[in-house]
Amino acid sequence: MCLGVPGLVVEVEELTALVDFWGAKRRVRLDLVDEPVAPGDYVLNHVGFAIRRIPPEDVQTTLELYEQLMQEANARDLMTADVRGEIAGTSK
Amino acid sequence: MTGGRLEFRDARRAAALRDALARATTRPTAVMHVCGSHEQAIAKFGLRSAFPEQLDVIMGPGCPVCITDPPEIDEAIALAQQGVRILTYGDMVRVPGSAGSLADAQARGAKVETVYSVAQAVERAHGTKDEVVFFATGFETTAVATAAVLLAGVPPNLSVLSAHKYIPPVMEIVAEMPDCRIEGFLAAGHAATITGWGIFDAFVTRHGLPVVVAGFEPLDILAALVRLVDMIRRGERAVANMFPRCVTRDGNTHAQRQLWQVFRPIGGQWRGIAHVPNGNLRLRDEWAHVDARRRFTIDASSLRQTAPPVLARQCICGNIMAGVASPDACPLFGTACIPESPVGACMVSSEGTCRIWHEYGRVPRLAAV
Amino acid sequence: MRRFIEEEFLRTFRTDPEMPAGLIGVSAMDDGGAVRIGDQWLVLTTDSHVITPPFFPGGDIGRLAICGTVNDLAMMGATDVLGLTCSVVLEEGFPRADLRRILDSMRRACDEASAVVIAGDTKVMGRGEVDGVVINTAGMALTPRVVRDCGLRPGDRLIVTGSLGDHGMAVMATRHGLNLETDLVSDVAPLNRLIRCALDAGGDDVVAMKDPTRGGAATSLHEMASKSGVGIVVDEAAIPVRDAVRAVADLVGIDPLLVANEGKALIGVRAGAALRVLAALRAHPLGVDAAVIGTCISDHSGMVVLDTGFGRRLVAEPEGELLPRIC
Repeated sequence: MCLGVPGLVVEVEELTALVDFWGAKRRVRLDLVDEPVAPGDYVLNHVGFAIRRIPPEDVQTTLELYEQLMQEANARDLMTADVRGEIAGTSK
Repeated sequence: MTGGRLEFRDARRAAALRDALARATTRPTAVMHVCGSHEQAIAKFGLRSAFPEQLDVIMGPGCPVCITDPPEIDEAIALAQQGVRILTYGDMVRVPGSAGSLADAQARGAKVETVYSVAQAVERAHGTKDEVVFFATGFETTAVATAAVLLAGVPPNLSVLSAHKYIPPVMEIVAEMPDCRIEGFLAAGHAATITGWGIFDAFVTRHGLPVVVAGFEPLDILAALVRLVDMIRRGERAVANMFPRCVTRDGNTHAQRQLWQVFRPIGGQWRGIAHVPNGNLRLRDEWAHVDARRRFTIDASSLRQTAPPVLARQCICGNIMAGVASPDACPLFGTACIPESPVGACMVSSEGTCRIWHEYGRVPRLAAV
Repeated sequence: MRRFIEEEFLRTFRTDPEMPAGLIGVSAMDDGGAVRIGDQWLVLTTDSHVITPPFFPGGDIGRLAICGTVNDLAMMGATDVLGLTCSVVLEEGFPRADLRRILDSMRRACDEASAVVIAGDTKVMGRGEVDGVVINTAGMALTPRVVRDCGLRPGDRLIVTGSLGDHGMAVMATRHGLNLETDLVSDVAPLNRLIRCALDAGGDDVVAMKDPTRGGAATSLHEMASKSGVGIVVDEAAIPVRDAVRAVADLVGIDPLLVANEGKALIGVRAGAALRVLAALRAHPLGVDAAVIGTCISDHSGMVVLDTGFGRRLVAEPEGELLPRIC
């Protein structure tokens, strides 16, 4: 079963699209996707139906979100280090 | 081709997220996901070996095949024995009902075929004069496809036996289980693509447990866990969407409209778990003409008279699906119960916890070499 | 399947003692058997081919039959084929033109391998008594040193001669009507000349060889690990896999490590020889994508550990047939 796989739209023909899954192409149905789909778009596919158009800018947003997470985690660590430093300072 | 997949498999970012997760987990923490695809990704990429020791990521009732109750499978088998051609997704064919599986019925001469898409079932129905029943399984992400196909029109010899399930209600059941030690949930990104993340607000308010919507690439899962563990630690009770490229607050309303035009939720038994209010999707009255339950008189009583085989009593699939036991706690796992000769549903389905663990080496947390 | 073979065939044809001097017999369960003649070993091997469909992208049952046997000999270190036999069982009514295609293909494969069919047999069975065509090939070759599949030690490296999963995926996509547009093609090819290059470069430092046919690299690596008494750590990112193979594998949920290959070899070498053996392989047209994919360790003896780049897990051994009639 093809579960939730992203692919690149190559061709659109009415209610179906030819989608390239990084090396294999397959026809998927477009009945369920909630906006128009054009060649060059990415779509998320599930059991032969596209269920969402993935805007390319959203890919970048997600990556930035992850970067932010990593930085926040680092910042928290720096804070902890500062606090520890203070405690060490006051105990002398 | 750039973008999409490969950026979410970047090992350097993964290492950084792994470290962030280790730092965020400051005490024993248990979280649950309810999606076979999440478990597959976790097992396939060996993620549990990289999670901090104190973090327990447990698979709950996220395998739609596994939680299909035996009487529902009996209905399909009874129809097959009545001479109807049954079409279904591959995994369903081997899941045991009260007395054997569709595969057993097939071996006795029943017409049972597998399809990879409901659209394919329609094609097959066009090509025959037989009565064809599509035994429809899967969660809401799959149910929308069935809905779309019915709305587009199907040949008169096709009807649907719906065993579709709806995930959000079972999270309530799990959260309400006595001794539930789950402190937060990862919500399935694909289902949320359809339903939107807004539907989890009520759950969060009711149970005070944070929910993070997660995608399926290694980075998606790691990032979602960092966020979830952080929310748990800070007592933040909210829904966080960590799959924004596919999930919005309201979801895919076009698909939702089609889903609820065709299906209605009713309560039903989930195999090994409990009665789940609104957990089952059945065809609405307007669709009675394609409802197999109304087109045929299904008599499955003879199937329920057989006592379950002795081995089945040792099977702890119910506990595994509820997330209170893991496969390696089962005495049958990997010995009497293997994919070639499965005892319980969890070993039959490609989305079952036991089958996934077995396929990816059986040892979830492999120590460093 | 392995247990079935052990319980029936090994039990019947076991020698006593099991490993007599001058004989490598069925108990070794290696790619072939061997008997000492003077200062050489005569390596013998046989295979039956039942693949369906008989014609598939990149090859056919005839090419498969010749290459399968040539490669088994090569895996034992015997790269100069003395002679092959070819035994064919045909279903009555099998199209003459198809048979012609298959035989021509076998001749071409022989020429590529510098091998010759010197004996054969032909039988015809009634319609429905056999499916299409079944081919059995046997082969023999001499070698001064037999390379086994049990010679690995901790520290040794595993090299694969090229991309994995090509043959099995190509056949599966053809068979199952997956409605996929792909350029999957079987890798079926004779490896004896490629292996000769590796042996010339590595000499005695080439300590184990196996071709990952049915059951894929996972099965072969498991066999090598358990026969040698070592663990093998595989670096997933280092495994060459063609884009089309990876895409179809992801779509249908099959691991390329579990899928049959008919033109690839796994070569175990002492660490010091890895780079020069790799260079020798890459200089040959059939080895351009060769890569070091694994290391032997003393822990996890008999097991294969996969380093995914995100974590670690064991590689499960496929117990049943992923795909029947694949070779």
